[in-house]
Amino acid sequence: MAAEANAEAAGDSPWLLAWRRLRRDRVGLGFLALFVLIVVFVLAAPLWANQVAHTGPNKTHTLEKVEVDGEQREVVNREGKPIGPVWLGAGGKFFLGADGRLGRDEMVRLMYGGRVSLFIGFASALITLLLATVLALLAGYYRGWADAVISRGLDVVWAFPVMLLAIALGISLAVGGLQIGPLHLSGGSIWIPILVIGGVSVPYIARPLRGQVLSLREKEFVEAAVAQGAGPLRIMFGELLPNLTSTIIVFFTLTIANNMLLEAALSFLGVGVQAPTTSWGTMIAGGFDLLTSAPLLTIVPSAMIFLTVLSVNVFGDSLREALDPNSKLRLEARAGLPEPEGTAV
Amino acid sequence: MGRFVLRRLVGMVAVLFAVSVLTFLIFNVIPNSDPAQRIAGKAATPNLIASINEEWGFDDSLPDQYVTMMKKVFSGDLVSYFARENVDERIIEGIPATFSLCLGAAVIWMFFGILFGYLSSVMAGSLLDRALTVFAVAGISVPVFGLAAIFLIYLTYKTEIFPSGEYVEFASDPLEWAEHLILPWITLAIVYVGFYSRVLRSNMLDAMNEDYVRTARAKGLGERQVMSRHVLRNSLAPIITLFGLDFGALLGGAILVEGIFNINGIGLYAFESLKNVDLPPIMAIVLFGAFFVVLFNTLVDIAYAWLDPRVRLGDSAS
Repeated sequence: MAAEANAEAAGDSPWLLAWRRLRRDRVGLGFLALFVLIVVFVLAAPLWANQVAHTGPNKTHTLEKVEVDGEQREVVNREGKPIGPVWLGAGGKFFLGADGRLGRDEMVRLMYGGRVSLFIGFASALITLLLATVLALLAGYYRGWADAVISRGLDVVWAFPVMLLAIALGISLAVGGLQIGPLHLSGGSIWIPILVIGGVSVPYIARPLRGQVLSLREKEFVEAAVAQGAGPLRIMFGELLPNLTSTIIVFFTLTIANNMLLEAALSFLGVGVQAPTTSWGTMIAGGFDLLTSAPLLTIVPSAMIFLTVLSVNVFGDSLREALDPNSKLRLEARAGLPEPEGTAV
Repeated sequence: MGRFVLRRLVGMVAVLFAVSVLTFLIFNVIPNSDPAQRIAGKAATPNLIASINEEWGFDDSLPDQYVTMMKKVFSGDLVSYFARENVDERIIEGIPATFSLCLGAAVIWMFFGILFGYLSSVMAGSLLDRALTVFAVAGISVPVFGLAAIFLIYLTYKTEIFPSGEYVEFASDPLEWAEHLILPWITLAIVYVGFYSRVLRSNMLDAMNEDYVRTARAKGLGERQVMSRHVLRNSLAPIITLFGLDFGALLGGAILVEGIFNINGIGLYAFESLKNVDLPPIMAIVLFGAFFVVLFNTLVDIAYAWLDPRVRLGDSAS
């Protein structure tokens, strides 16, 4: 193993080395493929909706009938029970049945809801990483009072259980909307859960990153940059940031997974995505009312969340393994464990 | 030790203050709408809104408003205008159920987390290790309510093996109490089982390379003794720290689990208040929840410093 590592190190860039390691990781690549498949599935939503199901995610079919294998069936029967999965019996209509009293096409909603869930996962993770990186660079580079202010601020946010903080922000903003300067967000905007979820996750990423910046700052290459007359901005973004890239990439994947679970939980509680927008979380919340008569309405979106989060988690772990095999930065770093030894100063 | 405790307590008071200010800002200042209307909830009438405005002093300066809100929450005269009931009383009533749920879940996750972590590190690379790894990664990826739904469908509605949640007081029937809580316990614990077993596994694998382990082997200790007395013991410290953080924050998960299994505790109260967009209870639960976390973590820190003098020395050195 050591000999192999030495042979690899002969002048190749770290990214090439990482790619070589990743290429050999069949489990990781398998789950990456699963994730890509899920993305393709949700991207195909308009195609399925227009060409196959001929309906939209919010179109109701309460009083309609549908021909399944030559037999006329009600989309919603008199007791309010929706039609179950008919697979291809109706030419692709109601593939997974209808979603409840409103008789909306569950498959179409699953595909459109997935877009929302994935988008929130990505966008909020982007916000988390962006904020956390900037805060970590400022705190780690300037140290002193800047570090004190940023670290204490993160401590306060950290003191809240993530769920409670997100619930508090989610409910007040869903009721009240948000005004940031000229930018107005109404209570039902999808950007409210994105900002809330992205914001509450910041301390969990900023803390370990700050530790890394603090130790990198002591390295010779920073001293060399200072000697060449580089200003704070160039040192932070030109010298320190590139050395954080692999950590940031790994945290990004893990944050997507975590944030998607948080989105689902918030939407389930009614303080995430607001109707008429649909996400997998809101679909589960809707399905729960029919848990005994139509269990698939809960199980299918739950399974989609599970598969997506699982694939991102496993691939993220492989990515970490490939980018930095000796790293102490493990899956558990995001739980708020103290910084790995050696990085704390 | 005395100085350490004092410093921690001062820090704690500062954090408690900051936490309460942040809660105040979240509920009454940041959102872009009339706070009285939000607090009134669905039952809002012009009269009610006017009286809330008066009572909460929303025309006063922000520091005054902050003081009014804290007084209301902590003096016990905070009321929910939607349900027309005293919020603090409801929260206190919910403590036994929530505590039963959290404590049972914690016992399960510590037991299985440590057991699985121990087994998979001692047998690293074996089939069992791989199976436990798959279980752990699946455990941290599963949405709580999806798992709860599957439990309810297959173990309660279809087979009637377990009752569908609901809380039975321990004092009235301990067996019923446990039977009703077992599915909620498992649901709440499973994420942490996966997580803790992974953390312990990697800590133990690191510890196995330490010198004291070689020494223990060299002096002729059996493998089992080396593992349990030396490797496991030294790997448990971060687990205990994590446990302090996670147990304090468990109320977040309890909201989902109590809501789904209909357990009449603080979590269910929050769950219902969210459904009804009833803000005063949520305000109080968030504030008490965060206070509990801060208090609990301070206690854990102090206990830790008492057990391990290096902690308090290291703290004063930095």
